[in-house]
Amino acid sequence: MERVIIMAGKMKSPAKPKASSTKVQKAKKTEKKSNTAVYLNGNLMGFHPDGSSIAARMREKRRTNELNYETNIFHNSRTNELFINTDRGRVRKPYVVVEEGKSRLTPEILEKVRSGALSWEHLVKMGVIEYLDAEEEENSLIALNEEDITPDHTHFEVLPSTIFGVTASVLPYPEHNSAPRITMACSMAKQSLGLYAVNFNHRFDTRSYIMYYPQEPLVSTDLYKTLQLKKKAAGQNFVVAITAYEGYNMGDGTVVSRSAIDRGLGRAMMLKTYETEERLYPGGQKDKIEVPTPDVVGYRGEESYRFLDEDGIVYPESRVGGKDVIVGKTSPPRFLEEISVFGVVEEKKRESSLSLKSGEKGIIDSVMVTEAPSGNRLVKIKVRSPKIPEVGDKFASRHGQKGVIGLMLKQEDMPFTSDGISPDLILNPHAIPSRMTAGHLLETLGGKAAAVGGMLRDGTPFSGDTEDDYAELLKKNGFDEHGEEWLYDGITGKKIKVKLFIGPVYYQRLHHLVSNKMHVRSRGPVQMLTLQPTEGRAREGGLRFGEMERDCLIGYGASMVVRERLLEESDKTIQLVCNNCGMFAYHDYVKNKDVCPLCGTEDISPIEMSYAFKLLLGEIRSLFVFPRIVLRDKA
Amino acid sequence: MTKSSSKINPYSAVGILAAQSLGEPGTQMTMRTFHYAGVAEHVPTGLPRLIEIVDAKKVPKKPIVEIKLKKKHSTKEKDAAKLASEMESVLLPETAIIQENLAKGKIMIKLRKEEAKLLGVKMDMVKESVKKTIGANKLEARGDTLSIKLKAEKEKPLKDLRKITTKLQKALVKGVSGIKRAVVIKNKGEYFIRASGSNIKDIIKMENVEPSQVYTNNIIEIEKTFGIEAARNAIVREMHNVMELQGLAVDIRHILLLADAMTADGKVKPIGRHGLSGEKAGVMGRAAFEETIKHLVHASITAEDDHLTGVTENIIVGQTIPIGTGRIKLGMKAAKPKKKAKSKPKK
Repeated sequence: MERVIIMAGKMKSPAKPKASSTKVQKAKKTEKKSNTAVYLNGNLMGFHPDGSSIAARMREKRRTNELNYETNIFHNSRTNELFINTDRGRVRKPYVVVEEGKSRLTPEILEKVRSGALSWEHLVKMGVIEYLDAEEEENSLIALNEEDITPDHTHFEVLPSTIFGVTASVLPYPEHNSAPRITMACSMAKQSLGLYAVNFNHRFDTRSYIMYYPQEPLVSTDLYKTLQLKKKAAGQNFVVAITAYEGYNMGDGTVVSRSAIDRGLGRAMMLKTYETEERLYPGGQKDKIEVPTPDVVGYRGEESYRFLDEDGIVYPESRVGGKDVIVGKTSPPRFLEEISVFGVVEEKKRESSLSLKSGEKGIIDSVMVTEAPSGNRLVKIKVRSPKIPEVGDKFASRHGQKGVIGLMLKQEDMPFTSDGISPDLILNPHAIPSRMTAGHLLETLGGKAAAVGGMLRDGTPFSGDTEDDYAELLKKNGFDEHGEEWLYDGITGKKIKVKLFIGPVYYQRLHHLVSNKMHVRSRGPVQMLTLQPTEGRAREGGLRFGEMERDCLIGYGASMVVRERLLEESDKTIQLVCNNCGMFAYHDYVKNKDVCPLCGTEDISPIEMSYAFKLLLGEIRSLFVFPRIVLRDKA
Repeated sequence: MTKSSSKINPYSAVGILAAQSLGEPGTQMTMRTFHYAGVAEHVPTGLPRLIEIVDAKKVPKKPIVEIKLKKKHSTKEKDAAKLASEMESVLLPETAIIQENLAKGKIMIKLRKEEAKLLGVKMDMVKESVKKTIGANKLEARGDTLSIKLKAEKEKPLKDLRKITTKLQKALVKGVSGIKRAVVIKNKGEYFIRASGSNIKDIIKMENVEPSQVYTNNIIEIEKTFGIEAARNAIVREMHNVMELQGLAVDIRHILLLADAMTADGKVKPIGRHGLSGEKAGVMGRAAFEETIKHLVHASITAEDDHLTGVTENIIVGQTIPIGTGRIKLGMKAAKPKKKAKSKPKK
């Protein structure tokens, strides 16, 4: 495998142009416009009458090892500048040098490499292979294959599949897919659950997912093997059948086998770390991690603390949920209390325990008591929540084909082949033609060939196993060469009228799990200032009924619904308003009367309004403008 | 559909319905524009044109006039071409060189022979145009040159000279002012003229032009020449054209309502801050739309009342909005005081 190298850099420039053949004149005050400006690592060194020839000569010197192979030369003919770079931080990639339409990597050299007489370093020294940086690449014409070389070419790729980056190199058969789908597949691969680190048990990441039984893909690529990604696999080989199923896999839905899930398909867990610290307050006061006693301000009741050990920290493997306290903590009061006559009263403490977020549940995986950088006692608690696939969870193949579970079907209800194989996942055929992900189909075929032939398959771009390889193998083993099979309806037992395309595909479980997103509210908390419902799932908030939604109701003439959404179910309030002066009044509980603070009358009506309006009037009053509410009986 | 079944229900929010019905297709409009044959490369259609209409722009980005000829001439291409060439405006600098002679206090105008011939301009036309633009100064024609001498030489001759030259730069020698290019177009055996720039007032007066068949896309000009009802029709027509060109089906009644709202008080006014929305009755309604502070401050200074007649106002306050079901009230007629025991109860 060849390497892409990021320069460590030579601090001292090895390429200072000294040789007489490449004499560079020192910069004069006035310089001919036709002269090329020569820069070394970005600094102007001088001028030379012919930039392109100096570039060519320097490259030749690099190939004959007179110049260090880390040097890169870029001639910008448009601005007439020549850049020589020897510094650090440049990403460089090796290419085979081509001269006059002929590769420098001749069959004789290749034979010596095969026999071990020549190594990669030799090839670089010999000028057969050279590294280009991003700038010099602009001066090159690089052929993908040796056969494509024309007299104009300057290089050709060592391996065609290296035109892809790391993420794309792991996808099988990208050359059979449309480009947008490759982009999507790359971004989705980063969201897949797997075994992200083998020491996950000892780590306290704020949030992480671990898949229970990750598998190596049946069809992978050269780079996948090189990177040894099977040691950190992120996916499983699903048996996928392509057919519509009762509308449960419409619009990127998928039907998944309930039984397969029960056997561990796609199973994962979420690990979440909670932490709290015994903080120090000015005045020498300190938090204390303990089980709060009922006299603590804000005591949550015995029930909440039931999982706490004597030291105020939960014991591992307890099943917590809801708003259960996992670390009991008390803090000193926010304001200093008065000292009574009889000396210092025992200070009241404030409850400041750490509890699980509402709606979450899990098992305490591990507890760590340590020291924060500030020197305070720090408690970290890792909660493990099993995440078994459920309706709404997202899955994706490596071809940008994503979907959510729409139905989970018991194995006995799933369609099955005459061999007794039932699919793990049923993909809708409508997902294929418009997206042009032929690679997905080829992978299915490859997966099947791998399973039938008992051998992993190669889907490396431009050089992987071909459709014909698979067809032959399948045929030899008594399968349909196109991967199609007769299936029987699991419910009726009848043979499905058409052959279905079926085979194993590597599927990834993506970390968009419904259980982390699901949110409903019928009543709940409101904001302190406006009395309107809070926003966001974390705050158990409502869903905004916005301006355009409001317009729709008005357009429909549903005034009462508008009123309900915007007032009754929001910030409705009843305020006392003076009939005489239009000022807000108050209720005097001592005299049990409504009083107007402005005119003193008792002619006051309770008025229903939105709290936001009350606030608006208050703000206007704060500007020394008096808005009056003039009341009239409803006509 | 019967007439009564096509009537809208009482207290329906027709404004919102129209706004939504026009606004939603607006989001789908492509920025692709269609071309008028010949004239002006790029006449805005689609969303930009829609915005132009709704904003009641004084002059559209690319004004266009379409002119039909009188019946007997309409089938003759020659007549149409003649009219078109008569229409195209030619300014003085296009046919003549204007030279100032500061020392003598004179302006010399020299005919550019080739250009003049091409444009069909003759010396006396130039003379006429110069006379028109600068009035009673001394003119002296000699062959191809025309010299102007200032009337009162003592009065700041230099400044006046400059003033006159700038005036002359824009002097119209020939054609209708404002019309840049006119093209003859054939349609079903009839010839008509499409020209860029618009000046209906002058075009109507031209010979061979059928005055009832002149159309411009400049709505404000239509308002000025033909009145507010014509402007309303122009709004409807222009809007409908835009929607149709984009292949979007919008019920004409929504457009009619919009045009009515824009022209209701006798002058074309835009939708938005400077027009319709800016003239809403309630302070709070206006403040809720745009320039909140401006409206609140103004209301505070003038002690403005808000009678809570609009939709927005009532939502702010937290009342049922006076539209649709919120407008219907159930009333009961109080029974008349019984005069006699015999009188029957009503209904």
